[in-house]
Parts: sequence; structure tokens; C-alpha cells
Amino acid sequence: MAEDFFQGYKGAALKALTKFNVRVWGQAEIETTRGGFKGTVLPRSENDDDQHIVLKIATGYNVGLDIKTIKTMKEVGYKKANYKIPEKEFPVTPGLPKVKLIGTGGTIASRLDYRTGAVIPAFTPGELYGAVPELADICNLTTEKLFAVFSENMGPEQYKKLAVAIGKEIENGIDGIIIGHGTDTLHYTAAALTFMIQDSPIPIVLVGSQRSSDRPSSDAALNLMHAAYTAGHSDIAEVMVCMFGPTSDEYGFLHRGSRVRKMHSSYRSTFRTIGDTPLATVSRKAGVIPIKQKYNHRRKDRKVKILPYFEEKVSMIYYYTNMQPDIIDSLVDNGYKGIIIIGTGLGHVNKPIYPAIERAVKKGVHIYMTVQTLWGYVHMFVYDTGRDLMAKGVIPAENMLPEAAYIKLGWALGQTDDPEEVRRLMLTPINDETTPREPYNGYLIYQGGVAEVEEFIRKFHK
Amino acid sequence: MKNKFDPKKNYHETQKAIGYVPRKKAAQKDYDRIGFMSGLEVHQQLLTKEKLFCRCPAGVYNPSDIFDSELIRHMRPTLSELGEYDGTALMEFRTRKEIVYRIKNETACTYDVDDTPPFKIDREALEIAIEISLLSKLNIVGEVHITRKQYLDGSIPTGFQRTAIIGVEGEIPLKNKKVRLIQLSIEEDSCREISDVGHVRIYKTDRLGMPLIETVTYPDFANPDEVKEGADYIRFLNRSTGKVRTGIGSARADVNVSCRGGTRVEIKGVAHTRWMPELVHNECFRQWALLHIRELLNKKIKDARKWQISFTYLDYEDFEITYEPLKAARDKKYKFIAVNLPGFKGILSHFTQPGKMFADEICDRLKVIACLEKPNMLHTEQFDQIITDADMKVIAPVLKTGEKDSQIIIWGPEEDMKTALETIEERCRMAFEFVPNETRKSFENGTTIFERVLPGADRMYPDTDSKPIPLENEYIEKLSKNLPVEVSDRYHQLQKWEVPADTYTYILKKNLVPKIDAIVKDLKIDPKFTGTFFGHKVKFVEGHYAKATDFNFDKIYELFKYLKKEKMDLNIAKEMLPVVYEHPKMDFDSVLENMKFRKRTKEQIVAPIGFLKEKYKEIGKKKNPKCETDWVMGQLRKQAVGNISLHDLKSHIEKGKA
Repeated sequence: MAEDFFQGYKGAALKALTKFNVRVWGQAEIETTRGGFKGTVLPRSENDDDQHIVLKIATGYNVGLDIKTIKTMKEVGYKKANYKIPEKEFPVTPGLPKVKLIGTGGTIASRLDYRTGAVIPAFTPGELYGAVPELADICNLTTEKLFAVFSENMGPEQYKKLAVAIGKEIENGIDGIIIGHGTDTLHYTAAALTFMIQDSPIPIVLVGSQRSSDRPSSDAALNLMHAAYTAGHSDIAEVMVCMFGPTSDEYGFLHRGSRVRKMHSSYRSTFRTIGDTPLATVSRKAGVIPIKQKYNHRRKDRKVKILPYFEEKVSMIYYYTNMQPDIIDSLVDNGYKGIIIIGTGLGHVNKPIYPAIERAVKKGVHIYMTVQTLWGYVHMFVYDTGRDLMAKGVIPAENMLPEAAYIKLGWALGQTDDPEEVRRLMLTPINDETTPREPYNGYLIYQGGVAEVEEFIRKFHK
Repeated sequence: MKNKFDPKKNYHETQKAIGYVPRKKAAQKDYDRIGFMSGLEVHQQLLTKEKLFCRCPAGVYNPSDIFDSELIRHMRPTLSELGEYDGTALMEFRTRKEIVYRIKNETACTYDVDDTPPFKIDREALEIAIEISLLSKLNIVGEVHITRKQYLDGSIPTGFQRTAIIGVEGEIPLKNKKVRLIQLSIEEDSCREISDVGHVRIYKTDRLGMPLIETVTYPDFANPDEVKEGADYIRFLNRSTGKVRTGIGSARADVNVSCRGGTRVEIKGVAHTRWMPELVHNECFRQWALLHIRELLNKKIKDARKWQISFTYLDYEDFEITYEPLKAARDKKYKFIAVNLPGFKGILSHFTQPGKMFADEICDRLKVIACLEKPNMLHTEQFDQIITDADMKVIAPVLKTGEKDSQIIIWGPEEDMKTALETIEERCRMAFEFVPNETRKSFENGTTIFERVLPGADRMYPDTDSKPIPLENEYIEKLSKNLPVEVSDRYHQLQKWEVPADTYTYILKKNLVPKIDAIVKDLKIDPKFTGTFFGHKVKFVEGHYAKATDFNFDKIYELFKYLKKEKMDLNIAKEMLPVVYEHPKMDFDSVLENMKFRKRTKEQIVAPIGFLKEKYKEIGKKKNPKCETDWVMGQLRKQAVGNISLHDLKSHIEKGKA
């Protein structure tokens, strides 16, 4: 394939570059109606317009030049940047646990992608060691890139592949697994792995970062160290999400994969356990300190159940006040086998859609109810609406989080169509996706402005 | 007794050897001899309502101990766009600082602490930056690209500053030459440091994110006075728009200096241009001194590559310790180490800056890089010799010191000692080769200390969170039509008005030419009088009276308008000004009443002249007529001011009969 000399340039801008014979990475002297400019021509992001050329000037800054102002351009040199994270061989230290890092395409380690102007992941153990050398003091790390997809593109196919790959690693005697993952859908994958990998003898830790690792204040390095420590050393043999506790660089939380949710679009401390406390905290100084007393302990055996099943015709609908029955009808008509409804309050929808629900249930669609409030249980006995809905075949999913319920229904329907069996799978907790009780400290959303809250925030890092 | 080494004598001899001259005695030939070179980076806050990339208010400040919450970040070096690590970044990483940010909800949001991506750039700020770029004759870019500039000192919670170039290649005129400009950028301001002790550095976030411009010149300044002139010019130019902030900290400059064979060193955050000449003078000679040290070392030590320090741990019990910091170190069970610097005798006490020697270069780096609080070392070439001969009797045999060596003693927490020893060796090794690339912190006395390793272009990275902003031709043309008059034209205007030259700095700094012009044109008042009134009287009142918050210079226009209308003598404005300045809401009639001013006719005022002259004959000790006139003037001055001019009064007294 011929080298692309004009990376990202199109239309008028591409025409200008070819006219004056100037390439990307060429050092150019440009005369414009606004005066002279000198610098290296940089690639242009595909989504930007075709009216400007990007130049890196001597002081390291980038500037754009309007092609309408360009009088002449001359290429006086050529120097292609060789962007590479320094790679150093990851040292093997006898006595440290063996940890495998499985890559899915998150931003744990990344570099700039000119095509999109965004960051793309970089991954080998050598690159990671180059970026986070502290890892070598924690474990002996190997890596495998299973796929490179952005978090939003993770789906059933990837869940199943991951579960199988992890099963193999466990068989082969690994001491812990880390999964690098984009954060947007991290909790979906965490739920999927909770159901697909049961009775794991080792910790399986999902980790991501809220600030890409090309930033000095990124949370990636610390999250990765926390995850490596948890995978290699902790006694908790469960599927967990490991992300920042407070927004400060202090400690991480280990969340159960079935009860965790991304709760802020950009905060570092975005992942929270809903309706319960996190499993544990993890820090470089103090290691893993369990918060929950009960958890699955690490074992020496290699017995693990891998259940890589998923029915893709499952959907989730967020109820809103004027929802029409055709929303549900269209799902049914399109062959959907399961629907998670995220209802208001204790688990409600309005009357106009009752007929649609009845019709769906009659056609064998499995419908489960969760709540928009996220915290609390579905309680369909309290009001008539709830009782009506249950009579029509909607099954309350206790205090299962909507996303976990969606994943679980897909997993259950991947194994059976029998309503009773599906119901049994859905309502028998595998790892706390439903809990028999909600502890008093499971719901803590404090409001700013209240004196005692302000005092707390002032004293402790949020 | 053998010939003992005298560090003080060595200090003075080396000062002489490099040909140091104090600034007051320095001439252009001195600067030419050492190859003085200097350029400026002038920062100016813009007067906007909001911060640059979020909607927090700009210009609202909090005291250090008032905050709602704190958070902690650690910074790690990352690769630049072109795949390089930056030197400063690596140094900052070695210092392992815990950075604490204090947040007040009113002045900082989740963007400021890097928990939210940037919002769109503040258009008000962008427009001011473009106007100033046009005034600076810069070539305006076609598209503004937001870039991340790494700062690992923690002064920005993201670890980088969002910044963008608005224009390149401009110029400003000085009295005798033109100085070229490299570029002008718009950027977000950084946090203000509260403290930096040991491994904890605390910042507050009120100033963080405020819009700022940075004007960068080529190193075209040939002596310290030109540096100040250039800095003043850029400052006046910025202020001439009336759209920039004034007051403490709103304008700061970094000054780049080198001598021939030296290195670009950046003196950071100089708040007053009048401090600049002394600072750049001393920095240039410091580099000249370091080059002299290099020559001495390379003469003394054959193979510099093999040079290394040796060290030994000391036991407090082996010494009779009287030095308080060492006693404290002993109580804290700090490590206590003696270091031998082979061949360094006479180097540690080599002159570098007035009152400073080479040993200070090491001491400053120990504080910054190894986090050892000062006092953090002793050495064998201090003027006040704290290391005694008895001490050396213990140390010398273990360290195997030689006649030509010198020694350093350090103490501190065990975990910092490795970095401390590396720091000492690293700084000494540099002395064989070059003047290190540094940013330095300035002091009012004209000296500087090491702050950080100077970062280079390797810390730039495109901001993947924001899109480029196109600047259309029509927009730029519209802005060019509404620019204020150039500062150099205002100089000429003042000269033409015959306003005394000692007022120019004040008038231009406060952007007063438009105010003077209005008074001259609208009220038909003499420009020389008006300019002098501002440059002398207003300046004096500003320095001696408490300004009310609602006072502004338009009040002076109103004052003259009033005096014109009342047909009063304009000189009374000088008497009224302090009252107006302190009580701008008071109407002018009340001001006069307050001053016990009475309206009188000329006749009423001159009437008692004869009587007073008689009186003087009775009481006056000196008989000469000038004394008489002065005395009579003194008696009548108060009644006259505002009613008739003092000049008039004087001639009446002189004419008046005895």
C-alpha cells in the first residue's frame, strides 16, 4: 500500500497541499495574506473541515492556517514523528504472583490517533512497564490483546470470548486476571462476567480510567497498580471493578461486578456500588482491606464454571410518562424474547401500555421490572398498578440494577426458554445482583450545602 | 600552622576574576563583553467575567485558609505529541510530591480539578487576545488549536495548561530599536501556591483557569534597561485596550537570560518591571561565573567523566553537636551523611551572585528535587565555619578526603537520601560541562534561586477534548478597525503636549492618554497642565490616600468640568483631589464646603495686602522683599486658591504698596 502523504486532508485543503507539493510531516514555509508562518505540517483529523492546514511551529504549538489566505507554500525539509511509548522488557521477579492483563481496548495506555484526533490504546507489557514501572514490584505481568474495541462497542460476543479466555487462563494456573476496559460499559461487562464465570478460584479485576493515560494527572496508572495488586495478592476471588474511591489519588474501591454502576459522566470516582457497600478498598500503602465480611475466598484448585451463553434478542426500555404501547409492540414484532422495564417509583408504568404487555407475555416474552430510582427494591404489591402488572405477567426483579438485569436476562435466555427456569435463574442471586436486605449505609447520597455534610467534605477527600 | 584556606578571600577573588561589576557601574561594553542576551514572556490577565474554559467567575479570590474541600493528585510524566519525555517532567516525578488543592465552591468547579472536560473557550477572552495580537503586529492564525502544555509541578490539576497560539512574528518599538515578537498565546492561569514543605505542596484554585495572554519576544534586548523598557511597553500596550486586569498579580513576566556560552535561563514571575534590570544583570553574571567554574574544574580534573562523589553515613554520637538544625535532625533520627567532592576546593565558595556562592546552587536543588527543607546542608567553604577541625578529624579518614577536595554534610529522612546524593553529584557534574537549563525564582534583592529544570517544546500535546476554532477574515478585519491608538503614538502625543517625561510611565500604565485628551478637547484645558496634574498630583494622591472603591478617573473629568462651569481657578483641583479620591460620591459643592472654601472676589482677596505688609514690618526678622512677599502669600494663599491664581496673587503683592 502506498504511503498516505496527506493523512486526514481532503477537499480544498488537500488540493492546496498537492498544488504546492507539501506533504504531511514536511517542514514548510508558508506565505499568507496574514503574514509568514513556518513549521511542520501535521495530519488533520478526519472530522475537521477542509479549509485549514495544521502546522506545528518551532515553539511546539499547533496552529491552523486558512487555505484562502495562503499565497505560497514551500517544503524545505521532512521529518516524520515516531510516536512510541518507550518499551522496556517487563522484568520477571521470582516469588511475585503471575497476573494476566487482558486488553479490550480501553484507555489504560494510549497514544494519539491523528485520524480521529482522539487517543488510541497502546498495550504490550513492555509499553506498560515503560509507562508504569511500579507494576514490576507488584506482580509478574503478561498481557494479551483479545480485541481492540471502544467500550461502547463491547457486546455479547466479547463477553463470551472473555469468559472462555479467562477460563483457559485459570486452568493454566494464573494467580489473577486484570481486564483493561473502557469505562462507559464497564459495569455491563462486569455483570456479564459475574454470571458467565462462576466459582472462580482467583480474583478477576476489571479496570479502566476516566482520564486517558496521555495526561499527567491520569487515574490510569494508579488504577492499574491497584488492579494488579488486587489480582495478584488479594484473597477476594470474585469478578470486581477496581476504580478510584475518592477523586483524589488516594485509594481505590473494589466493587462487586453485579452491583456496580457508572454514576458520573466524567468524575474519576464515577463507579459506585448501589444499594450496598463496596467489597473493599485497595491502596498501595495498605493493600486490600475488605469492607464486606463475606466474600468468595481465593482457592488453590482450578475448578471454575464457565457459562458463556447470551440471547441477543433482549431489550431494556426506560419508561417515560407518555409511553405508547407501540414501543413494546414493536419489540415483540421484531422477535425480542426478553424485556427489562425500568419503571418509575416502586416499579410502575401507565395503563395505556397494559394491553401491549399482555400481548407480549402471551407471545412468550419474558418481562422483568426494575426501578429508575436505582436504589431500592421493586415493590409491586403496594399500589394497584403494581398488582395489575404482576397479574399481566411482569416479574419484579427485586433490587437488581437495570443493566445487571438486562445482562442476566440475556444470559438466562441464552440457556433456556422455559419461563419457570428463566424465573429461577433470574431470581436466584449468583453474586449479590439481588440482595435479601438493604443495609442502612447502602444508600448514601448526601446533599451539599448542609452544614454537617460540608464539614465532612472539608475534612475528607470526596 | 599551615596555610589555611580562606573561603571569603576566595569568594572575592573569584568575583574579581570573572570581572563582575555592580549594575550601577556597568556600561554597555560590560554587557557586550559577557554577551548579554535577554528576551521576555509577558503574562497579562484579561478582564473577563468568566474563566477561559469553564463558567466559574474570574477575578474572585479567596484567602488561603478559607476553603470547602481539598483533594490530592500525583503527577506522572507522559509522552509529548512527538513521542518524547520532557526533562522537567522527569525531575518533578523524581521529587514525588503530593499535591493538595484547596477548593472554594464559588470559585472552582469540577472542570478546574480535572473531573469534567473543558467547555467552549470564552469568546470574550479570545477576542481581547486577538485585539492585542493585532496591536502587536502579529500574523494572526487561521485556526486556533488548543494545545496542552505539561506542568508537572502541580500548579494545574490536569497536569497541563490549555493554551493556544493567536499570532506569530510581530514587533514592538523601543526608543532606539525594534524588538521582534515570537508569538502571543491565550492560556489559562495556574493555581496559587500556599505552601511547599517536604513532600506536600498546597495550592488554591481561585485563580486557576482565568484567561491570560502571554507575549513572547525574541532575545533582542542588549542590556538590562532595554529589558525593562520592553516589558513596560508590552504592559502599556495591553492596558491601552482597557480590557485587561490591573492590580497585584495581574501582570507577570518571565525573563529569559543568557551570557555568551551560557544557556537560556528563565526567571519566573517577576511582578514589577523595575526589578528586572538587577535580576537580569545578576543572572547574566551568574552564568559567566559558572563558565569560569567550568574552566577551573576542567583544568584541575583531567577526566571529568570519571569524576564522582563518595559518601559515608555519620553517627551523631561521634560529634559534639551545637548547630541547632543538626540537633533537630538527630532527634528526628534523620540520616546524617558526609559527601566528598574530589578536586572541588575553591569551587564551593566561588562567587555566583551577590551574597551567593556555588554551594548555594547545590543547596537550592536539594530543597526542590530531594525535598530537604533548608537549612539542608553544611560545607567546608562556608564563611561561618560550622564544620570544625575536630569534626573533620572524624570525617576525613573515613571519606579519605584529599587536600584539594571539599566536603558537604547533609541530613534528612532516609527515603530522600538517594535522591539527595544523586542531586549533589548531578549538579557537580553539570559544572564541568554547561550552565544548566533552569527556571529560577526571583527575589527583590535581585538574586535568584533554582526553581525547576527548564521545560522544552517536548511538553506540548494537542488537546483532544476541543475542536479547532476558525478565525474568518471578516472577523479579523472588523476587529482591526476598532483598535486603540498605538502606545508609541501616545508617547509622541505626550511629548507634543510638553507633558514632563517623568509622568509617562504612570500615564501609560494607567492608560490615561484618552482621559487627558478628552479633558483637553472638551473642556479646552491646557494639555501640559492636565498631563502634569495626572502624572504628579493624581499619582501622589494615589500613593498617600485610601482609594474608595467607586473612584475612577472619569471623576477627574467631571471635576474639571465643574471648575470650568463655576469659572474657578483650576489650581483648586489639587486641593480637592484627596477629598474626591476618598469620597467620590460627594458632590463638588460639598467638597468645597468641606474644605471651608469661600467664594471671594479678587478685590476682597487683595484688599488686606497693605495691612499685612505693615504687619510684616513689625514682626518680620528678615527685611528683604522676597521674604515679605512669601509671608504675605502664606497669609492669603488659602483664601485665594480657587478664586484667583496664585501667580496673580503674587504679582498683586509685589505691585502693592509697602
